Amino acid sequence: MKKRNAISGRIQLLDKDAIVKDAFKAMPASARRLFLGRAATLGGLSMLTGCTVVDEESAEKLLMKVSRFNDKVQGWLFDPNKLAPTYPESMITRPFPFNAFYGEDEVPEVDTADYKLAIGGMVSDKHAWALDELYKLPQTSQITRHICVEGWSAVGKWGGVTFSTFLKRIGADMSAKYVSFKCADDYYTSIDMPTALHPQTLLTFTYDGQTLPAKYGFPMKLRMPTKLGYKNPKHITEIVVGNAYTGGYWEDQGYNWFGGS
Amino acid sequence: MTPNVATVHPGWLRITHWLNVIAVVILILSGWRIYNASPIFAFRIPDSVTLGGWLGGALLWHFAAMWLLVVNGVIYMAFNFATGRFGRKFFPLRPREVIGDMVAALKGKLAHDDLTHYNALQKLAYLFVIVDVAVIVLSGLVVWKSVQFSWLRVLMGGFDNARIVHFFGMAALVAFIVVHVIMVALVPKTFVMMVRGK
Repeated sequence: MKKRNAISGRIQLLDKDAIVKDAFKAMPASARRLFLGRAATLGGLSMLTGCTVVDEESAEKLLMKVSRFNDKVQGWLFDPNKLAPTYPESMITRPFPFNAFYGEDEVPEVDTADYKLAIGGMVSDKHAWALDELYKLPQTSQITRHICVEGWSAVGKWGGVTFSTFLKRIGADMSAKYVSFKCADDYYTSIDMPTALHPQTLLTFTYDGQTLPAKYGFPMKLRMPTKLGYKNPKHITEIVVGNAYTGGYWEDQGYNWFGGS
Repeated sequence: MTPNVATVHPGWLRITHWLNVIAVVILILSGWRIYNASPIFAFRIPDSVTLGGWLGGALLWHFAAMWLLVVNGVIYMAFNFATGRFGRKFFPLRPREVIGDMVAALKGKLAHDDLTHYNALQKLAYLFVIVDVAVIVLSGLVVWKSVQFSWLRVLMGGFDNARIVHFFGMAALVAFIVVHVIMVALVPKTFVMMVRGK
C-alpha cells in the first residue's frame, strides 16, 4: 500500500496545479491555506469598499457557526426514507470524471493480498476484513447522480453491500452519532448515523459492473447519493463508529460538514 | 391617508430594503466565486470581484447570507400584506399603462414628479424582482438539497437545470440592480427617501 503524508502531497499539488486542472479546479493549495484570512476580509468586498469592514476573526467565527447551524438544519431536513433518483444505464456519464485532491497519476495503489479493512469504535466485532470476505456479503448496485460541491454532476453505477447491512454485521451501536473513515490516500471524513443507515448508502466494490478501478477508489468507496462528492470516501482502510466528531479533510478547511444533497 | 402624510417609505420597508441589499450583494459576489469552480458557460467571472477567497469560503458566505435573504424577505412580504401596502402600491397594474410608460421612458419623458406613487414601469419592475428572488430561492434550494426537495427538483427540470435557472435568476437580478441604481442616480431624492423615509 502506498502511503504518502498529507503535507508533501499538498506541496506537489502546488506545482501540478496548472497540469492537473481537472482534478484540482476547486482551488490551489495556497488559496486553501489563506482561506480564512481572505474570506474574513470579505474577498472582493473589501476591495470594493476600500477597507476591511469587519473584524476578521469574528467574521470567520460567525461563518463557521452558521455552517454548524446549517449542519443541524440539514440533519433535520434529511428524510431517511427519501430516495435519491436512480437512472437507466444509458444515462451513465462516460467517461465518469476522476476527482480527488490530487492528480490521477497519484492515485494510491492498494495491494489486494495485504489489504485489511480495520474496524473500530462502538462495534461488537472488531476483526479486520479481507476483501474476499467483503465480496461474500450480499451485493446490490445502483445508478445515481454524483453531485460535486463545485456544481458539476455525473451519473455512475456503483455496486456493493448496503452499508446498514455491514454495520449490523459488525455489531455497530446504531445510536452512535458518527461513522468516521480513514483512507489509503490520507483522506478522511465522517458522516452522521442516519445517512449511514440510509437504504441507498452502499459500501461499494464495483464501478459499472467491474472491480472498482484504482482511480475510482479501489478497493472500496462509500457511495452516498444523498451527500456531495467529497463526503464519499474512496480507498477506505478504516471505519470507526463513535460519538466523537472527527471532521474531514475538506471539512476541516471550511467545507460544510453535513454536505447533504 | 396615512397619519403621517410625509412618510413615503415606512421604517420596516427601509430596514428590510437595506438588509436585503447586504444579503444580495454577499450572495451575488460569493455566488460568482461558486460559479467559477465549475462554470456552466464558456466564461469565468474575474476572481477579483468575487467574495470568499476560494470555493469553501464563498460557500460559507453564500449559505450564511441565504438565511438573511429569506428571513428578511419573509418579514418584508408579511409587512407588505399586513399593512395593505402590496395591493396599494403595486396594483392595479394595467398593460396599457406599462406600454405608455415604456414609450415615455424611451423618450426620456417619464414623469416622476410625484414620488409617492409608482408608475406602471416601476410597479412591473418591483413585482418582477420579487418573483425573480422567489425563483432564485426555489432553484437555490434544489441546487442545495436536490434529493430532499424532490418535487422542487422536478419543477426545476432536474439538478443540472436548476443551476441554469439559478444562474439566469441571478443575471436578471443583476440587470434589475443596474437599472435600479441608474434610476436612483438620475433622481437622487429617491435615495434620501429610502434612508429617511420622506
